[in-house]
Amino acid sequence: MGFPFILSIIVFAPLLGLLLLTLVAKTKEKTIKTVAILSTLPSLFLSIYLIISSKMGVELVSYSGKLSWMQFGNPEVFGKLYSIDYELGVDGFSLTLLLLTALLSTLAAFASFQIKAGWKGYYMLFLLLEVGMLGVFAAENLVLFFIFFEVTLVATFFLIGKWGLYEKERTAFSLLIYNGIGSAILLVVIMVLFAKTGTANIEALMSILSADDGTVFSPKVKTGLLLALFIAFGIKLPIWPFHSWMVKVHSEAPAAIVMLHAGVLLKIGAYGLIHFGLGFFPNQFQSLTLWLGILGVINLLYGAFLALSQKELRKILAYSSISHMGIVLIGLAALNEAGIQGAMFQVVSHGLIAALFFYLIGIFYERYQSSSMDDLNGLAKTMPIASGFLLVAGLASLGLPGMSGFVAEFLAFLGLFQEWPVLAVIACLGIILTAVYILRAVLGITFGQQEKAKRVRDMTPLEIWPAIILLLCIVGIGVYPDIISSTLKSIIIGLGG
Amino acid sequence: MDLDTLLSFSWHAMVPEFIILGTATLLSLLDLFLPRSFHRKWLGWLGVGSIIAALIFLLTLIGDTPFAILYDTFRLDSFAIAFKLVLLVAAGFVLLLAISYEPKEKLTEFRGEFFYLFLVALLGAMIMSSSADLITLFVGLELMTLSSYILVGIRKKHLPSNESAMKYVINGGIATAITLFGMSYLYGIAGTTNILEMAGRLQELTNTQHLFLLALAFLMILVGLSFKIAAAPFHMWTPDVYEGAPIPVTAFLSIISKAAGFILIIRMFITVFYHIPDVSNNSSLLMALQNFLAVLAAVTMIWGNLVALRQTKIKRMLAYSSIAHAGYLLVAVTAFSAFMVETIWFYLTAYLFMTIAVFSLLQLMNIEELKQLSGLSKRAPLLAVALALTMLGLAGIPGTSGFIGKLNIFLGALSTEPTHYLLAVILIATTVISYIYYFKLIVYAFFREANHTFQMSGKKLNGVIISICVMMTILLGVFPQLAYDFLHQNFLSFYDFLQ
Repeated sequence: MGFPFILSIIVFAPLLGLLLLTLVAKTKEKTIKTVAILSTLPSLFLSIYLIISSKMGVELVSYSGKLSWMQFGNPEVFGKLYSIDYELGVDGFSLTLLLLTALLSTLAAFASFQIKAGWKGYYMLFLLLEVGMLGVFAAENLVLFFIFFEVTLVATFFLIGKWGLYEKERTAFSLLIYNGIGSAILLVVIMVLFAKTGTANIEALMSILSADDGTVFSPKVKTGLLLALFIAFGIKLPIWPFHSWMVKVHSEAPAAIVMLHAGVLLKIGAYGLIHFGLGFFPNQFQSLTLWLGILGVINLLYGAFLALSQKELRKILAYSSISHMGIVLIGLAALNEAGIQGAMFQVVSHGLIAALFFYLIGIFYERYQSSSMDDLNGLAKTMPIASGFLLVAGLASLGLPGMSGFVAEFLAFLGLFQEWPVLAVIACLGIILTAVYILRAVLGITFGQQEKAKRVRDMTPLEIWPAIILLLCIVGIGVYPDIISSTLKSIIIGLGG
Repeated sequence: MDLDTLLSFSWHAMVPEFIILGTATLLSLLDLFLPRSFHRKWLGWLGVGSIIAALIFLLTLIGDTPFAILYDTFRLDSFAIAFKLVLLVAAGFVLLLAISYEPKEKLTEFRGEFFYLFLVALLGAMIMSSSADLITLFVGLELMTLSSYILVGIRKKHLPSNESAMKYVINGGIATAITLFGMSYLYGIAGTTNILEMAGRLQELTNTQHLFLLALAFLMILVGLSFKIAAAPFHMWTPDVYEGAPIPVTAFLSIISKAAGFILIIRMFITVFYHIPDVSNNSSLLMALQNFLAVLAAVTMIWGNLVALRQTKIKRMLAYSSIAHAGYLLVAVTAFSAFMVETIWFYLTAYLFMTIAVFSLLQLMNIEELKQLSGLSKRAPLLAVALALTMLGLAGIPGTSGFIGKLNIFLGALSTEPTHYLLAVILIATTVISYIYYFKLIVYAFFREANHTFQMSGKKLNGVIISICVMMTILLGVFPQLAYDFLHQNFLSFYDFLQ
């Protein structure tokens, strides 16, 4: 294995853009925006290239590679123990998420045109955030994973604290503390694994832990570590009751950042649960599935009920995110092929749908300076195209057949019915509630009575194409799920689903 | 001792010390005889030059087999060289800070003293890191402490400075007395002041009564040195002294003085206490007393970080932050992992650059209150970025050397048997708490609008110091192997402690 060139370029291309931006004067708005968008493109194209070449039959392993990075303790005395390498690599699932990240980053960079001041700082942090997100999915090493994870946290802290809405500072701190606690717990798990096994490489850990019969870790310790992972990633996902920070972020952060936050950052929680929770401790995971299922149903129903009573579109979508992440959990609780695949599908599908929603919210906010249902009433008259997109996004979100949301929910429920039928019946209630709150919000906004007649522009042609791209992806996955399921399949077999 | 014996010692081992000593003497004479009109900052530059010379000479000593001169009182082993490097680099930066130090109340009268006292204090710390005898250890300690008393109170007409000097003298005096009392037990039982010989004799102890006394000696020395490294609950002097002292002196106290404390602790622990067998459970006395260290570390981390949350003055906040960092370092000492010395060396190096950067920033911006940071990002964006990077480093965010240092300590605590899970968890939990106050500075600098006008001192030198330190913080965070390779290649694992 040599140096992972392609993956390194994918991950660090935005960093190059960041460095370029330091040279641009901060008043040159156009140059800054151009450089920023251009520097998100290499990652996008290269990850598309990786996907295509993996479809052509190239082994994904051939892209991974490593470079020795850091060594604690003198190697002449301790051997190669406690060395941390710079290791990048992808499998089907992480490659899909890598592509999702790159795509959403480009679109969000475009959506960030609405930022009114401080473009230079904004885009520099934005690109840093992208590096972090891409790195999280490309890291083959737990310590590296953690480092990128923290980079995303710091970047979002600044982006929200500086460019957020009314309660930006509090939101930034709430994000920092909740996620700080989450990543602290994560770091404890990572370091315990590293200290006791001597390696932080994900694959090596998987093989050590699956072959372990209690000599490295006793089953109790393993359960403890898994629970810690649940909490760490549960805060990120978020699992009820750790969700309050995420609702704040959804309602206070700039729309373009929420696109990435809901679209990618929350997905890191799911990715971690599947990749590490299930990958490292399959047996312990098995014994906790019932609890996971119950939590999933709580998430699903709690999010749906609260979404039903909100007046602010951002909050409705925040609770809807909680509800949809419940589907990831119930898919994992099923722990069979359909369930896991459903969970993975939901991760990708919700990423796209949430991004589309918040792309639209960004556009509404620019015109109405609000995203409350009352202010947006009667949108169909003023902005017919935008309200059309909103309707389609809503339909995708409630799981209309032919859209990606349907595939994900169908698979997750299929899995759950096989394993925990009673839970599945209760969870079905969530589907109905989803339809109710989505239609209430979308129809209320599009067809409601317009009190304040405010003349606004509809979406310009330039604003339409990101929405079209997202929509194409959503419909594409819905109509022909095999596009991504074939990429996901290899990993599911590996996880023993 | 006749001349022949005197000449038979290989004096080159002490050349770095001689350079510092010679320059300190020269500076004091120059200060006395040069006319008033001669600007004393040139004396400071002379001091910096001597430190660089000492540093270069020290580098040539790397790789020698360890040897001792002056009847085994002065040892030059890899431990001594490695830590002297840290001390010299830190002292160089502190002197640079001192050169660009321009207080409101004008420090012209004692400017000369200011410089050579730093050198004398540095000399004390260097002797501590090299000494293998209780007498020289203590002389080194006192040399450093006495000079820093004067340094703290050097602004004679400045009331807070006087107050903090007084507090420091009293606290320091008590600490020294306790340390010395503890050492006297060691001498009483072993009958020698040489710590290598002492280790040999104490290993053969079988009387449990003696063991009890040795434990007492251990605790007393630990308590005495806890004052020096500012570990809770012996930290009470820290915030007041940090606040009252001139900024270069505060930097000196929080880096060199702290490092010297740890140097003394490690040397005593590894050579003496680690080798005293604990009769009751077949391990060493140090291991039997580990819990005391663990409690000290835990209390220090928790107290330092919690109280730092409530501070409104930057220097006081940094004082508590420095207490917290002492706690993190104590975790490494408690864990006593196989790569402990390396861990502490790296952490001190990382901490050195971050701390110097912060104090240099403070000196440049001329501010005291946290609130005064508001609007910094508009007024001076580069300074704001430097401040943010330094704070991220102190908070231990990945990408900075602070993260690598903490990772290393954390790994040490988890990789030893018995595993210090609780201590590791406290380390992480308090780190999360520390995010709040470190990020508060960033919030003021970036998110708040200015409510006053900045009066920057505008010294170029400060800017240079800040940029070097910030670059080192990032460099060691991204390529930590640079430092580790240097350690591994030149010092192996500090195995020559007892040779």
